[in-house]
Amino acid sequence: MNKLESKQVNFYYGSSHALKDINLAIEANTVTALIGPSGCGKSTYLRLFNRMNDLISDTRLTGEVIIDGVNIYKKGINVDNLRKMTGMVFQKPNPFPKSIFENVAYGLRVNGITDKKFIEERVETTIKQVVLWDEVKDKLKKSAFELSGGQQQRLCIARAMAIQPSVILMDEPTSALDPISTSKVEELIHELKTKYTIVIVTHNMQQAARVSDHTAFFYLGELVEYGVTKQIFTNPNVERTQNYITGRFG
Amino acid sequence: MKPFFKNFSEKLIEGLLMICGTITSLTVVLIVFFLFKEGLGVFNKKAVEEGYVVMVNKSNPVNSISPEDIKNIFDSKITSWKDLGGKNDSIILFRLEDISNYFTDEQIGENFEGLPLLLNRVVDSIPQILAFFPEKYLGKNFKGREIEAGKITFSTFFGGKEWFPTAQPAAQLGVMPLVMGTLWVSLGAILLALPLGLAAAIFLSEIAKDKVRRVMKPLIELLAGIPSVVYGFFGLVVIVPAIQKLFNLPVGETGLAGSIILGIMALPTIITISEDAMRNTPRAMKEASLALGASKWQTIYKIVIPYSISGISAAAILGIGRAIGETMAVLMVTGNAAVIPTSILEPMRTIPATIAAELGEAPDGGLHYKALFALGCILFIITLVINLIVEFISGSKKNRRV
Amino acid sequence: MAIDENKITRSKKRNQSIAFCVFAVIGFLIVAILVTVLSFIVIKGIGVINWDFITKMPEDGMTKGGIYPAIIGTLCLVGGSMIFAFPIGVMAAICMNEYVKDGILKKIIKQMTNNLSGVPSIVFGLFGMALFVNKLGFGDSILAGSLTLGLLALPVVIRTTEEALKAVDDTFRHASLGLGATTWQTTRNVVLPIAFPNIITGLILSVGRVSGETAPILFTVAAYFLPKLPTSIFDQAMALPYHLYVLSTSGTNIEESRPIAYGTALVLIIIVLLTNILANILRKYFSKKVKMN
Repeated sequence: MNKLESKQVNFYYGSSHALKDINLAIEANTVTALIGPSGCGKSTYLRLFNRMNDLISDTRLTGEVIIDGVNIYKKGINVDNLRKMTGMVFQKPNPFPKSIFENVAYGLRVNGITDKKFIEERVETTIKQVVLWDEVKDKLKKSAFELSGGQQQRLCIARAMAIQPSVILMDEPTSALDPISTSKVEELIHELKTKYTIVIVTHNMQQAARVSDHTAFFYLGELVEYGVTKQIFTNPNVERTQNYITGRFG
Repeated sequence: MKPFFKNFSEKLIEGLLMICGTITSLTVVLIVFFLFKEGLGVFNKKAVEEGYVVMVNKSNPVNSISPEDIKNIFDSKITSWKDLGGKNDSIILFRLEDISNYFTDEQIGENFEGLPLLLNRVVDSIPQILAFFPEKYLGKNFKGREIEAGKITFSTFFGGKEWFPTAQPAAQLGVMPLVMGTLWVSLGAILLALPLGLAAAIFLSEIAKDKVRRVMKPLIELLAGIPSVVYGFFGLVVIVPAIQKLFNLPVGETGLAGSIILGIMALPTIITISEDAMRNTPRAMKEASLALGASKWQTIYKIVIPYSISGISAAAILGIGRAIGETMAVLMVTGNAAVIPTSILEPMRTIPATIAAELGEAPDGGLHYKALFALGCILFIITLVINLIVEFISGSKKNRRV
Repeated sequence: MAIDENKITRSKKRNQSIAFCVFAVIGFLIVAILVTVLSFIVIKGIGVINWDFITKMPEDGMTKGGIYPAIIGTLCLVGGSMIFAFPIGVMAAICMNEYVKDGILKKIIKQMTNNLSGVPSIVFGLFGMALFVNKLGFGDSILAGSLTLGLLALPVVIRTTEEALKAVDDTFRHASLGLGATTWQTTRNVVLPIAFPNIITGLILSVGRVSGETAPILFTVAAYFLPKLPTSIFDQAMALPYHLYVLSTSGTNIEESRPIAYGTALVLIIIVLLTNILANILRKYFSKKVKMN
């Protein structure tokens, strides 16, 4: 079964039509890259899956967005719980003004977990998963702002993973990082794929080619092409995709 | 010629701008100078009426009497020299008019020409005497000893429990009642205004719809502009009678009335500043919290409030500062009794209200006048400290973000 | 599936609804309080205000007649204080923002302005009395009162002007300087025209502030009862806020002069409202004009 799916999704900011009739199905335990020029709707599309667009007033959606076979926009859906199932990593590292430990524990605490030992164990395993443990194990009580940008972003990934979501949504997660930190995050994405379904928005063609199994190309709110990454990058079916990938516009 | 002129006029303008820039700085210096010059003049002055001397017998070991003691002696609350650090003898108080108890009118003489001699005799012959009389009747070779009576020191000024600057024979200049009154009224105001203001700020910045916000915010800002005398008037005609009725009090002019009015006046300050601070919370941070499954309310109290805490505390402190310095509204509704308060339902008097109420009656350059300037100094120092605290708080926030 | 409701989500939801309810109630309560203050004065005062009220002298121990001299007095004070504070304040702000480089001098001026804006108005009154009334020998006069109020308005004018100047994007300055213009030419021809609307708005807002101040004029100008108009800047004068204070606390017959007090309060509020509205209109008007050019 498909993990994520959208059926005839249209999305509007006020009167502007941001997403036009998007049909897409994403398999479990794969990495899917969303590419396209700025303002093409890829970030908007990503944010449909944890209903982040609800926070913006005067928006409207038609069609169905489906996770595990359930339309997440139907009535009676608990949005907090939905967001708990889907982790999100943002453009810039945005740790909370709390300690390193508390950043990772945050998701557990707000979801009603109080067992101290459980939280400690979960925080440790998660930080180890993002390969940050050796760097921070002696300063878990220190402010998260003391970490470098790359460390902060990995911490934010750990924060998203601590509540064990099945989907991780990444919105240009390396756009604010240096090349070394970027490659560390990319390695991490590769490893995480075995456990999670990952959707990543990126501006960086090479990154999409490196990390993803499938790629979707968005242009002016439309899904132009979707397919296996290798095919999209070497032999696209649509000319616009070809032009974008080879850098003729963007 | 022309470029020279242009150059010259530009230099002139530049100079003018510099002068204006320094004027502001100079103003503060001038304020400090005048306030403290007059205000510090109150210390080491004598609280006894000008032109009077206080004499004791030569054998008396007491060297000084505080203004408060003088009053207590006249009120017969202190009757023994022992209480003043002297011998175990009762005090015999002697005022000029008492002279007729000791001598006949003939001895005094028609134009009081016999007075210096007689006064000398009285003070010399009664060891327990404490004599008050005008300096002009002080004869040569006076056998008594002048003591330092009613000297105003830092401790009598800041520790004194009574404020009665026109009291006879010694002005009582203790700021305790005024300081306590100011504290009670301001703290009451902030206790009312802070929770309400914070709740309103949270509502405005995080919960309210855009439409509601757009109506509410300018309204609240507008109310910051209403003159304090109008608030005072409102308090006088509405809140004061209501308090009197509600608590069944003889008068409604109480500390509580002042706290309520000051609280209302501090609300706009607290709301706008803390709302601004909350709105400065990065959107990405709020979204990250929501994306982890936190509810909106959890995000507010776990992320938004901790993030904006320095702005919120600045708002609280500035609110207190405004409350402490506010004059007219308080003057109109608190009843202005200069007594150390024991309950919020008593009339109280604050420092600014005292200045406003009494400066008109205090003769220029006199003790009372100087004492009121000293109160002004206290206010100035308080506001200075508050400014520094606020700056420190916002400064430390900047450092944290880097 | 885990999306469904459970115990934790229910309690999260309940806590949130309770909290939001409380905040909304408090938010509207505060607006209600503030609206009550306003509407109370408006309702009580509206019946008093008429042409005679604002153009007649007070009569019968201030229980009858109008508040004409108080209105004129306040106008004189506001005008006088602005003549003093506006040029100095604007120039000081220009000096700080366009000329002085970041450094010790700027820090000092900034610190001083900050401190000045926090000083309670009664302290300004004390200072005005000591310097203008006594030391310089102006006596209780419009001059002394205007100067005192001007000092009080100075930090307000400086701060708003500075904000207006800061809002001008640096690219404008760089473009002008890059063409070889001097700092002053840049300021006069580029920065000031763009910042002008906001500077004017700041001026009007400080007029609103100054017109309502009572404490600084208590000992520098205000006359308890003076049924004639001032003829020179060395005359005493009545003023609206002080008049309201006197009427409500120490008039000869407080009960009978109540209606006049309500009327005076309303006039004061109207002045504040008008200055606010005027400031907004001007800001909009000017910002359109700047855009068009």
